[in-house]
Amino acid sequence: MEHIGGFQIFLGVLARFWPVWLALAIVMGASFVYKKKLGLYGQLFDSGVGIVGVGICFFWLFTAMFAGTIAPFNPLAQIPIMKDAMPGAIDAASGQVYLFGGDKLARDVFSRMVYGSQIVLIIAPAATAFALMVGITLGLPAGYYGGRIDSVLSFLANLVLAFPVILLFYLLVTPGIMETPIPYGMAGLFFLFPIIFFSALFYTRFKNRPDRVYIQIGLTLLIGGWIYAGLVFNADPLGIVSIKPNQLNIFVAVVFASSPGVFRIVRGLVMDIKTRDYVAAAQTRGESPWYIMLWEILPNARGPLIVDACLRIGYTTILLGTLGYFGLGLAPESPDWGTAIKDASRLLRSFIHPALPPTIALMSFVLGLNLLADALREQSMKD
Amino acid sequence: MLAFILRRLGTMALTMLCLTMVVFFMINLEPNLRKLSISQLDMRSSDEHIESWLVKNGYRQNFFVRYGQWLGVWPKYPNIDPATGAATSRFTYCNEPAETRFSGVLQGDFGCSTKFKTTVAAKLFPALGATGILMFWVMVTMVPISLLIGILAGMREGTRTDRSLSVAAIATTATPEYVSGVIFTVIFASWLGWLNGSAASATGQGITFYNFTLPVMTMAIYGTGYIARMTRASMVEVMTQQYIRTARLKGLSFGSVVIKHALRNALIAPFTVIMLQFPWLLTGVVIVEVMFRYQGFGFTLVEAAGNNDIDLLLGCSLVSVFVVLFTQLISDVGYAYLNPRIRVQ
Repeated sequence: MEHIGGFQIFLGVLARFWPVWLALAIVMGASFVYKKKLGLYGQLFDSGVGIVGVGICFFWLFTAMFAGTIAPFNPLAQIPIMKDAMPGAIDAASGQVYLFGGDKLARDVFSRMVYGSQIVLIIAPAATAFALMVGITLGLPAGYYGGRIDSVLSFLANLVLAFPVILLFYLLVTPGIMETPIPYGMAGLFFLFPIIFFSALFYTRFKNRPDRVYIQIGLTLLIGGWIYAGLVFNADPLGIVSIKPNQLNIFVAVVFASSPGVFRIVRGLVMDIKTRDYVAAAQTRGESPWYIMLWEILPNARGPLIVDACLRIGYTTILLGTLGYFGLGLAPESPDWGTAIKDASRLLRSFIHPALPPTIALMSFVLGLNLLADALREQSMKD
Repeated sequence: MLAFILRRLGTMALTMLCLTMVVFFMINLEPNLRKLSISQLDMRSSDEHIESWLVKNGYRQNFFVRYGQWLGVWPKYPNIDPATGAATSRFTYCNEPAETRFSGVLQGDFGCSTKFKTTVAAKLFPALGATGILMFWVMVTMVPISLLIGILAGMREGTRTDRSLSVAAIATTATPEYVSGVIFTVIFASWLGWLNGSAASATGQGITFYNFTLPVMTMAIYGTGYIARMTRASMVEVMTQQYIRTARLKGLSFGSVVIKHALRNALIAPFTVIMLQFPWLLTGVVIVEVMFRYQGFGFTLVEAAGNNDIDLLLGCSLVSVFVVLFTQLISDVGYAYLNPRIRVQ
């Protein structure tokens, strides 16, 4: 078997990522030039930490988008001769190079790493978005009204937080539970929250202007109901929105594990903000409580929430990796980073090369998000 | 103060009751019970055979009756074999007395492990001891290092030391155990050959620097960054207080101000954070023990969950929920005790 040298591997990897470099150059260059006009996002480009964070996040975003172009091989394809091949081995049949070598099932480690980013970058931000919706919709009334509603909701949130995450996953993400209605029931509950949130958002703002409120709530219900039917009942009439049962299970478990954290943060922020003068002014004007919560308090809590969302996407990525590492929920041949780390870590004594790409990928992505969050926090403190 | 502790204890008991009930329900789902009875009979048993085994061993009683029996507030009845009239145990490897009795968690009877073919107590408590040793060493390394990093970074905000230590702390929080474990094993075991990549020998032959450093290091590194950042934030806040300025203007040296005046006040917040780290550490324990094959609590939990060992998994869940709630309690009480502003209220 032919091999190429270390320097050529390095050049080869750089060359394979060409669509990412191109897209990065365009987006980062444009953002840097127009940073004065881009608000909070533009201010990120004032600090080194911010630029590095944004760069890493965009790098993985573009990698996920252009995975088909970057990866030379199919992530599931096995070429038997390349079993445990060292980095830089050349596949004689196609003339392509296994840049990071082959794993124990003779698949290309580089292609699997690239395709793995797709799974992470779809599930982690989406699950975080749902967790934010659930946490905000429940945290606003808990913080604003206080009293009994707060006690009940906080007690429930503390119940979930008292579960060690790993135990939660072992109970919620098992093949057995897919035979019961529990995951679907939970999905049905969680996916209702975005619809409730947006309906309340539009209704409270425009309730005196029927021409707009009907259109907006109608659209929310239509789009929300369409996605809801597709995700929960797998009954999308157009067949566009669909999710595999095991992915739904993972998704629900991750949202469940992460929404109480959002709830606590939102509740704390609301309790702080509701003592401000502009809230008192709105109360004096006779605005409804939900209008005050959604249009007076929430916009003023956005800074810490954006920072938390960044950190939470990173944390969700770690959770997904944990699921993969324990072989829960994801298919055994799935190219996601956690599963790849699990497979490779069992064979560390004989081969180390399949283990390094997924670990470094996961670490760099989470690091990018954490740096981004740190830079955002610094910037929002300056105001 | 006493009323506060009692109220917290009451909430804790209620939370535990709710959580164990949820866990009991989730573990005793129909697919798991079927799997259990199939594993106890044989693969080709008919449906009615399975059903009769479940009925005979009391798995078909009302949910609350079963939960009460597990808890020990409802009597357990012996399984009478209809053919001979003699009482038989549920599983051949655990003896269950042949009389009606109250025997549940409250009485110290955790049930019978089908995977390890012994009582749950005989398996669970040695495993907890092993994990306790691991946790001890993790705490001993993690807490001083992270406090030191946090204090050094927060003592003079915005300096080069502060910036580089902060970035290092962020980097460690971005490295979960399964990532750092792999990287450390590659560096220290495969490449340099200094340390052993497996802690399996620690159970039998005792703990040595050679086989125990990697697990401890892997677990400590994830928490270090988090605690260090909390300490830094709290230190930065304390250093801007009036009394620090007064102490400096009085002519005290910077070092003595930091150690005598700032440190004590800055360490209140990290105390809570360290206590609240336990739920995270539990996840870390599971990952690290599986990765380095150390026969502790986390290893037992994974074995129980992977092999549908209902009683053992219930025992593990009870322990982990208890640990989490108890550390929360200590953190609350300790915070109130350490912080006079709260104590006076």
